[in-house]
Amino acid sequence: MSNLTNLTEVTDLLTAGEPETPQRPKRRSRMVLPKNFGRCALILVPYVWLLVLFLIPFIIVVKISLSDTAIAMPPYTPTFDWAGGWASFKEMVGGWDFENFTWLMEDDLYWKSYLSSLEIAFVSSLLALLIGYPIAYSMARAPAEWRPTLLMLIILPFWTSFLIRVYAWIGILKKEGLLNMLLMHLGIIDDPLTILNTDLAVYIGIVYSYLPFMVLPLYSSLEKMDDSLLEAATDLGCSPFKAFWLITVPLSLPGVIAGCFLVFIPAVGEFVIPDLLGGSNTLMIGKTLWVEFFANRDWPVASAVAVILLILLVVPIVLFQRQQEKQQEKGA
Amino acid sequence: MKRFSFFNASALTLGFAFLYLPIVLLIIFSFNESRLVTVWGGFSTKWYSAVFANKGFMDAAWVTVRVGVVSATLATILGTMAALVLVRAGRFPGKTLFSGMVYAPLVMPEVITGLSLLLLFVSLDFDRGFWTIILAHVTFSMCYSAVVVSSRLVTFDMSLEEAAMDLGASRMATFFQVTVPIILPAIVSAWLLSFTLSLDDLVIASFTSGPGATTLPMKIYSQVRLGVTPEINALSTILVVLVSTGVIAASLLTKRREVQRRREERAAFAES
Repeated sequence: MSNLTNLTEVTDLLTAGEPETPQRPKRRSRMVLPKNFGRCALILVPYVWLLVLFLIPFIIVVKISLSDTAIAMPPYTPTFDWAGGWASFKEMVGGWDFENFTWLMEDDLYWKSYLSSLEIAFVSSLLALLIGYPIAYSMARAPAEWRPTLLMLIILPFWTSFLIRVYAWIGILKKEGLLNMLLMHLGIIDDPLTILNTDLAVYIGIVYSYLPFMVLPLYSSLEKMDDSLLEAATDLGCSPFKAFWLITVPLSLPGVIAGCFLVFIPAVGEFVIPDLLGGSNTLMIGKTLWVEFFANRDWPVASAVAVILLILLVVPIVLFQRQQEKQQEKGA
Repeated sequence: MKRFSFFNASALTLGFAFLYLPIVLLIIFSFNESRLVTVWGGFSTKWYSAVFANKGFMDAAWVTVRVGVVSATLATILGTMAALVLVRAGRFPGKTLFSGMVYAPLVMPEVITGLSLLLLFVSLDFDRGFWTIILAHVTFSMCYSAVVVSSRLVTFDMSLEEAAMDLGASRMATFFQVTVPIILPAIVSAWLLSFTLSLDDLVIASFTSGPGATTLPMKIYSQVRLGVTPEINALSTILVVLVSTGVIAASLLTKRREVQRRREERAAFAES
């Protein structure tokens, strides 16, 4: 079954509002599906759907990343012709090369955007952790009757449109925007600050948009914590700060790791935030891919960019899975 | 009774201010008389009439709602099937691949999903438009639905199904009369989640749509690139208010159902 217990928990929180942990029956669900046509159909329908619309498209991306750009529709060559059969297939395979990948290596625009995406995603995850931890901690310490409401307030922004939430920041951050007006009115600054169309605006946008993904796993690990551990530490003469550092922080570590991955992984491939809030020198790979595809109409290079992005993301995704598995073993 | 400490209260106040202030400002300025979005020119609802009079917005909204309803419904059905396969179907060849394909779309960057689906549609020579957006939305939403429904199935008390079958119900009858009513809150959540995901999606829809099928996020995006306008503020306010009301209402309803179900279960248990 799922290795991503924490991800399941997050989706649980997002949709149900409250974790439903009590009386989880330990008994393994017994097989009740008929071992016949019905079971096969049940497996086959979603299986085939995902194969055709999820796996095969990736194989096509890899295939096209090995092709050459052409001025045609579709804009790449060689193409496969069903009527040509085996000969056409051989011709297509013969036409493949790694030209697009060498091109990506040679042009520093690409590896610079990969590096800067990783950097922006990493720094944003840390910032989200710094902002999210006090929120999650305070939610877990809040009076029990308040917690469902607080949880709802964290979840609600997740449901409202991503695009609108990013858009809302444009009016605040731009030169004649609300933040500059407020700061100038208070006399803190004399000239408006340039925040919109800089990397700073991208950080603000990512932290703001992905904060719920940081707070929810943190909250679910902090909420499970046994208060008596802290009481014991205080009784034994530990200062509250030391107790927090030695007990609360290590116990919330799984939540910290899960939250950081849940912010980092989607942030690496982000397009909307760097496009709307970032400037022309904000390099992020999602934006590079988009431009390559829609503006330059270079499908093979866009596919090569996607293949490398995927390879980069496989590492954090596998690390995340491992950590989740370890958690699950510990829990079992 | 536990109360908020000073630190907790201030952390929560600041945190929620950060999360909600941008949206609140957006809503306030949607009622601004002035076209200059940052200068308050008095209260007015004229931008709302402008939104409803804008044929482009209304057409896009209609496309978005149809895409959302069709894709959410298909995604919920397929997602529930996938959840049953994950939790109940036992072992079968290729199960690891299957669960990988269910979980991978949840963390896949949208640009990659969008690009790969577009390349598929091109190689199959599909006409891109309304239906290709639906196929794309179903594919990623069904994975979210599968996660939501499977987390409910895992906590499912199997003795209820066993009891129904001992009393002579067929597998089908057991499934539709016992299993479905119990996991219904999860199915409703899965539908709502799929619908909102579809409603929100800009990147995947931009890749997979063709001429004639512009969704609302695509329309908003093309306007936003030109700058902040009061019409967009008004349109955003309408969307935010609609979605928030829906989510809060759904969450209150499922909570009430849940409480009622527990009470009934307890009553039934006490009777026996």
